[in-house]
Amino acid sequence: MSDPIELSCPSPSTGYERVVLAHGAGGRVMQRLITDLFIAAFDTPQLHRGHDGATVELSPPIAVTTDAFTVTPRFFPGGDIGSLAVYGTVNDVAMCGARPAVLTAAFILEEGLPLPELRRIVESMAAAARRCGVRIVTGDTKVVEHGQGDGVYVTTTGMGTVVAKAAIEPASVRPGDAVLVSGPVGDHGIAVLAAREGIEIETALRSDAGPVHEAVLALLQADLSVHCLRDPTRGGLASALGEVAQSGGHGVRIDEASVPVRPEVADACELLGLDPLRAACEGRFVAWLPARHAARAIEILQASGCERATTIGEITSEHSGVVVLRDGAGGERILDMLAGEQWPRIC
Amino acid sequence: MCLAVPGQIVTRYEGTAGLPFGKVRFGSVAREVCLAYTPDAEENDFVIVHAGFAIQVLDQEAARRTLALLSEADPS
Amino acid sequence: MRYVDEFREPARLRAAVEALHRVTTRPWTIMEICGGQTHAIARWSLETRLPKGLTLVHGPGCPVCVTPVEVIEHARRLAIDASVLLCTFGDMMRVPGTGGDLLAARAAGADVRVVISPLDAVELARARPDATVVFFGVGFETTAPTVALAIEAAHRLRLPNFAVLAAHVRVPPAMAMILDAPDNAVQAFLAAGHVCTVEGTAAYPELVRRFEVPMVVTGFEPLDLLEGLRRAVLQLEAGRADLEIQYERAVRPEGNPLARAAVERVFEVTDRRWRGLGVVPEGGLRVREAFARYDAEHRFGRPPAHVEEPGACRAADVLRGRLHPTSCPEFGRGCTPERPLGAPMVSSEGACAAYYHHRRIQRHP
Repeated sequence: MSDPIELSCPSPSTGYERVVLAHGAGGRVMQRLITDLFIAAFDTPQLHRGHDGATVELSPPIAVTTDAFTVTPRFFPGGDIGSLAVYGTVNDVAMCGARPAVLTAAFILEEGLPLPELRRIVESMAAAARRCGVRIVTGDTKVVEHGQGDGVYVTTTGMGTVVAKAAIEPASVRPGDAVLVSGPVGDHGIAVLAAREGIEIETALRSDAGPVHEAVLALLQADLSVHCLRDPTRGGLASALGEVAQSGGHGVRIDEASVPVRPEVADACELLGLDPLRAACEGRFVAWLPARHAARAIEILQASGCERATTIGEITSEHSGVVVLRDGAGGERILDMLAGEQWPRIC
Repeated sequence: MCLAVPGQIVTRYEGTAGLPFGKVRFGSVAREVCLAYTPDAEENDFVIVHAGFAIQVLDQEAARRTLALLSEADPS
Repeated sequence: MRYVDEFREPARLRAAVEALHRVTTRPWTIMEICGGQTHAIARWSLETRLPKGLTLVHGPGCPVCVTPVEVIEHARRLAIDASVLLCTFGDMMRVPGTGGDLLAARAAGADVRVVISPLDAVELARARPDATVVFFGVGFETTAPTVALAIEAAHRLRLPNFAVLAAHVRVPPAMAMILDAPDNAVQAFLAAGHVCTVEGTAAYPELVRRFEVPMVVTGFEPLDLLEGLRRAVLQLEAGRADLEIQYERAVRPEGNPLARAAVERVFEVTDRRWRGLGVVPEGGLRVREAFARYDAEHRFGRPPAHVEEPGACRAADVLRGRLHPTSCPEFGRGCTPERPLGAPMVSSEGACAAYYHHRRIQRHP
């Protein structure tokens, strides 16, 4: 690609400390950024071909999913916007019952973003992709004026071949099904809230951001008639259960004491007046499957690294669309989805 | 109203504007708390914490009495 | 967590429920006036376990909900001022004033920060001499001492750029107002535990005497609430009216004199409008003249004029215990936390919102 003639150019393509508008302008400066940063880090054959799009070989049926990532702060205990952008989409592909294979990555960069920071994010994405065995095959870069974006937004689209034999969706859920969760809930939401609002708690509050596709695939390959899968991201477990219940037209009954929550998360929530069941997870999933397969499913999940996978409840034909929580002393109440984010409270 | 949580004082030190502070442990998490309103509270005492301040020392004996109450409830 | 878990232990709760049932032979109406207790009652489904005939009503115990819309609007306008850094407790972020809430202001570019302690706002003022830090001071008597100390700290540090928008409210005057109403049905009170941790119990003997109502200073865990109710019922059944402290581990009759002294130095009592109740005589606190430079009203002017809220909200009846939230025709229909018609549906501590978030299936609209 390089033209060996060095023209006197007011926008030198090397030596930048921060993102400038030229990085999105389609010229030499942008090309340099793409080659030296993105292509060098992601390092896939498709990217090295230097074309605008990529051709991939995937056997149908193909699952495709997309997500935009805007998390602040960009770096938080346990992850960053880059690794999150990979794991989030890898997990969403897995939630479709598919093996994630390729990702695309689109960046909206704010003028003024320090380039070393962008490099850290991109390298984190590359490491996450390698860890997941997925390839980032194409992408896009845009730059917006200072004040128009929040540093960096990343959108990733993921594709993979569906391995599930039946449709994985809310409509497949049946009364009598067991509800399982792959691990403790609320880690990501609480860790990010504390980091974002500068709430200093001396503890190991870390996001659980990470890939779940291997555990999901192990479950699917064991032929256990998985009916639905959902990762409890925004709105946490409450939203995952509630959305599936509303789409599927069934009711859910959860045993509160059986929902795993790490002590650090539970105690931080007590302190800040938050609910771990409504806080986001980024490395967990919920599975709905026939009750007779629940025990085997738990074994498989635990063997796949989900040490605290457990059954948390069951599906009912009553109270359609509503999630009911049973507490330890025989009381019951409705577990609502949140209208918006949780905030720490003193009242 | 008035979310206040009991925690145990781990250490005491001087903080913002020369005010007495403490590192207070709440189960498995710890946070800095202003101890200006509990000047006699010592390390290992439990305090009731609201909005980043200890507002009272928790009376552990009273807590025990409250818990023991049920076994002696009025046979009305 | 120690001194929390033991008071939630299921076997103890069952025993406490049975004890309450044993002592209740007649119908009684008891009010609690603390959002934290409202929240706990809903969270632990305590109302479903009460003896038949024991009616629990929820008073105006949520300082967030009782903050008038024009005060919230005042805070919002300060926030969007480019030279101001507004610090607030998280509780206020999604409470709408007449022009929207603080979260929306932040999304539109205003610098709004959530803090846990008012001292965090003082630290911020110290770190940012280029901006004026305004702390939005809401809360009952429990919170006022923390804000008082923040003002005194700012004074000691000679910070020229720190001010408090004070909207603190006082509970006993509201209790008196409720009990004084000609159609009052409240027969006993669970007094707010953490307010009394600071204030002690000095304000209550007079109320007990004047209105002949039992008052039991109660804590926040389900065991505390059940025991507080049991003691109140015991008094009612025996025809007594006394002041008792259930929440002994955190409440002494003298309260916390140091905390009260700080409030006395920095604030003075004033009449205050409570959203949903109207003007409560001596129902609030304002910053004293001596600390005027730390008073946001002094620096930036008073809030906009009071706006009468139109519409179907029955806050006045709900907050006085005359209407149960779930009996309001708009509950869960025209009025939800996402689209609140009025104060009690606004924050999760508000009587209506607490019931909405923890409602049981039978009442599901």
